[in-house]
Amino acid sequence: MLSYSVALKSILTKECTRFLRIWVQTLVPPAITMTLYFVIFGNLVGSRIGEMGGFDYMSFIVPGLIMMSVITNSYSNVASSFYSAKFQRNIEELLVAPVPNYIIVLGYIGGGMLRGLLVGLIVTCVSMLFVDIQIHSYTILIFTVLMTSMVFSLAGLINAIFANSFDDISIIPTFILTPLTYLGGVFYSLTLLPEIWQDISKINPIVYMVNAFRYGFLGVSDVNLTFAVAMIFGFTVIFFSLALYLINKGIGIRS
Amino acid sequence: MKTLEPTMNALEITDLTKTYQSKSRTVEALKGISLNVKQGDFFALLGPNGAGKSTTIGIISSLVNKTSGTVKVFGHDIDTELEVAKAQIGLVPQEFNFNMFETVLQVVVNQAGYYGVERSEALTRAEKYLKQTDLWEKRNARGRELSGGMKRRLMIARALMHEPKILILDEPTAGVDIEIRRGMWEFLKDLNAQGITIILTTHYLEEAEMLCRNIAIIDQGKIGQNTNMKSLLATLNVETFVLDTKPFEQPPVLNDYRHQVIDDHTIEIEVQKSQGLNDVFAQLSEQNIQVLSMRNKANRLEELFVRMVEEGKSGQTKEAK
Repeated sequence: MLSYSVALKSILTKECTRFLRIWVQTLVPPAITMTLYFVIFGNLVGSRIGEMGGFDYMSFIVPGLIMMSVITNSYSNVASSFYSAKFQRNIEELLVAPVPNYIIVLGYIGGGMLRGLLVGLIVTCVSMLFVDIQIHSYTILIFTVLMTSMVFSLAGLINAIFANSFDDISIIPTFILTPLTYLGGVFYSLTLLPEIWQDISKINPIVYMVNAFRYGFLGVSDVNLTFAVAMIFGFTVIFFSLALYLINKGIGIRS
Repeated sequence: MKTLEPTMNALEITDLTKTYQSKSRTVEALKGISLNVKQGDFFALLGPNGAGKSTTIGIISSLVNKTSGTVKVFGHDIDTELEVAKAQIGLVPQEFNFNMFETVLQVVVNQAGYYGVERSEALTRAEKYLKQTDLWEKRNARGRELSGGMKRRLMIARALMHEPKILILDEPTAGVDIEIRRGMWEFLKDLNAQGITIILTTHYLEEAEMLCRNIAIIDQGKIGQNTNMKSLLATLNVETFVLDTKPFEQPPVLNDYRHQVIDDHTIEIEVQKSQGLNDVFAQLSEQNIQVLSMRNKANRLEELFVRMVEEGKSGQTKEAK
């Protein structure tokens, strides 16, 4: 009987080695960007804004900024790694091996999650230079960050499966992911918006992820927490099923 | 370890078809090929470019989805026992397909891991196979830093890491200099002697003739010949020889032989199987022409191959007409 755990460990090792080898490109930029956010939005602008959701502005934006870095890094890690493997054809190393497709999916999203969580940890450490971190619910916090990084790792994988060029893996982050993240309640409370825009914002799944994560830190949320958790879980199941279906069909990887 | 029947088929392909469909056209790459490769064989799969060799190998190794037909690897059907079938195969593809940013050691150890080989065991095997392929000194070099020959040998070492029973090599010596190529031939012969079944595609027909015991020639998605090398070569009725002579003033006349004078010291001559060469030398001696050396214009398999492919093309033209 073949050991699938060894295969999974090998894919994870390969993925972690990849993003750690190029740490200047993968780990340093989010730390610098988030430091700038904290300094400019938190300290300089935030001091004039006052309170938001019952907390000072810096404390309010910390969970959203951590979540934003987790989302973008989980997504981009899998999208670029899987597409590079397709482009260099070293994905064939996995396709010829007796590795079940669900292990391939788990291996790649595991790599994405590890990078997302590591960057999230770095950003959390940076934020501690500016605010005193408080945690309201470890359970919600850990569930939300794990599942969100999984959802966006899966989304990055699905993007890479369909991608035919390096442009194709930058279009969705630039034109869809970034606007959704910025409009996902990272920098403001939905209650500041007119009612119609609050309703429209609730179509954006990132609103639920950011608010659930903020609840884990601060105990406040603009959306119903149970519904938010269900949404995150639902997206995980849907994206995992879709990614596995595409790999099983050999879309983009087998002729 | 389970001992296999000596007559067991390492590979059984039955009525295999593959049709590539795109919006603009449909291409039938394989039109129902069937062939068997015995366990322990050294088997050549030959054919011109676009004949269907790489598609066949792609299907066997799960890189290409078949349209219909069956493929069994040591009795394991790829439709029902895909993972067991995959575990028997080591693939050396035509194109370099390892991560150029990884080190040689990472490439082979990762590959072993995908086959369930624990890291400690993988490191032991890596030393063994990288030493055998003369890459051990380069184990910490990145893939992109290797020469073409080293990259080819790395792909062979990688394919051996899970100790497969069948090794499939698609043009393994393409672009490799003659010294390394000969070294690779010896290495492949040793592997075959250890019991590994080897299937080889190559453009160097000398390579196929020297190494392989059985052969299938595939052309336009069909198997043209599937026989043993000796029987196939025995069907060659005409061989072309090149004679290097001392310079002559008058072009030689050779009765009953088709020949061509290339220059004042080189003659090309076609010899039928029934004719032999003694009469050629006798006629040249009578004309005071001294032969210094003689060689085949092309190797025997190459002559056969070219004739078969040409016959195939003319048959296709007739059909088209």
